[in-house]
Amino acid sequence: MKVVVDMNKCQDHGQCVFASPDVFSMDDEGRLLYVSDPDESLRDEVEEAADVCPLQAIRIEA
Amino acid sequence: MPAAPSPVPVTGRVVVAGASMGGLRAAEQLRAAGWTGAITVVGDEPHMPYNRPPLSKEVLAGKASFDSLAFTPKAAAADVEWRLGSPVAAARLAERTLDLADGSTLAFDGLVVATGMRPRRLGCPGPTEGRHTVRTLADAQALRDALTRPGVRVVVIGAGFIGCEVAATAVGLGVREVTVVDPLPLPMVGPLGEAPARALLRRHEERGVRFALGTGVAGFEGVGGAEGGEDRVTGVVLSDGRVLPADVVVESVGSVANTEWLDGNRLDLTDGALTDEQLRVGGLPYVVAVGDVARFPNARYDGVPRRVEHWSIPTDTAKHAAKVLTAQLAGFEVCLPAFAPLPTFWSDQHDFRLQSFGAPALGKGDVRVLDGDPDGDRDGDVLFGYHRGGHLVGVVALGGQAAAMGAAKYRAQLLKQPALTA
Repeated sequence: MKVVVDMNKCQDHGQCVFASPDVFSMDDEGRLLYVSDPDESLRDEVEEAADVCPLQAIRIEA
Repeated sequence: MPAAPSPVPVTGRVVVAGASMGGLRAAEQLRAAGWTGAITVVGDEPHMPYNRPPLSKEVLAGKASFDSLAFTPKAAAADVEWRLGSPVAAARLAERTLDLADGSTLAFDGLVVATGMRPRRLGCPGPTEGRHTVRTLADAQALRDALTRPGVRVVVIGAGFIGCEVAATAVGLGVREVTVVDPLPLPMVGPLGEAPARALLRRHEERGVRFALGTGVAGFEGVGGAEGGEDRVTGVVLSDGRVLPADVVVESVGSVANTEWLDGNRLDLTDGALTDEQLRVGGLPYVVAVGDVARFPNARYDGVPRRVEHWSIPTDTAKHAAKVLTAQLAGFEVCLPAFAPLPTFWSDQHDFRLQSFGAPALGKGDVRVLDGDPDGDRDGDVLFGYHRGGHLVGVVALGGQAAAMGAAKYRAQLLKQPALTA
């Protein structure tokens, strides 16, 4: 699975971190970090993360 | 041996009434729940579903185009039929039939009520030109055009989420006179309670927003319309007698549920469509409601049905309601736990953010400062905790990213809290 976050849109709300903590996290300054090629078994939670992103900045490309 | 019946009928149609975020999420979640029949989404706006929070902020500020707001529907929902620009006019639920405004009828097996809200308008008579609301893309574009004319004076009526965000955006655009009017003594005091609302007021005033609080609006002044009437607004008459000069008026005085189309079906439509704990409407197994039009009991709290206008609610309700509807259309009993979302909201104003988890409005009577000093130095981050019966029921952070992260640390605790009883 390939995940892309539009960092021009991202405003560090962190909702994706709650939905998919295996893929998304925040650094100490509260800036988003993420795994761009997570395991297929995480698809449901990554879709959830994309749904709850207030800026709709997360795309699942494959 | 006869083949086992398919658990879900492959024929049949679910109609989703409402083509905004709740309607889109409902369609996607029906597919995720296993509904293989047809899905038709009917909506009044001509646009595909788009994200509304930027309307009072980035769109007004000229920083976001429509393309950047449009949701990208999930691939599984690619075969959904969209009937846009033709709102539902009436429903005959017993016959499972809808009448659309364009004169056509639409039969359904299952129905999702997702028609949302529209802005409440002030009843006072007077000029209409120059008076704005912010709910749709067209509203936001019209208001942006008005705000970017040189030298305009702006009066925002209503100091809630939309009013505070619009006032902040207007100041950011360089509008010199922005005044917010509200009959309550503090901005956003309804959702936030007194101490946080006081801190919010001070931040707005420091950034140039003026307030006329504790007073309502008695009427409008205006000048010369095409017919010689008072068509264009020039001022807002307050109930304390003052007149605020205004070229642009924004009415942000709450919203009204779009449920008229459901009249005549013996439903409780007092304030939105009343649902049970599984988001079913009117005790019917084939009708559910999603989004801010749904007045649902939250099993996490006191069981009192409420509408919730937070951005997170369309997604939360759609996920649950789609499972319920799909199961029932297939002839199964619903064996899901009662719907019990953890609410969350945010509001970006000026250079700060309000970030909430839980239900602060239920704990307004016992607000404690968990971190920071609300009366201290300008711009310090503050975290408020809201309690009911001694238990934490919500948190609100006011400030920058560190404050929001502080609030997020309480989310797990709020999720684990035992349910409140009424």
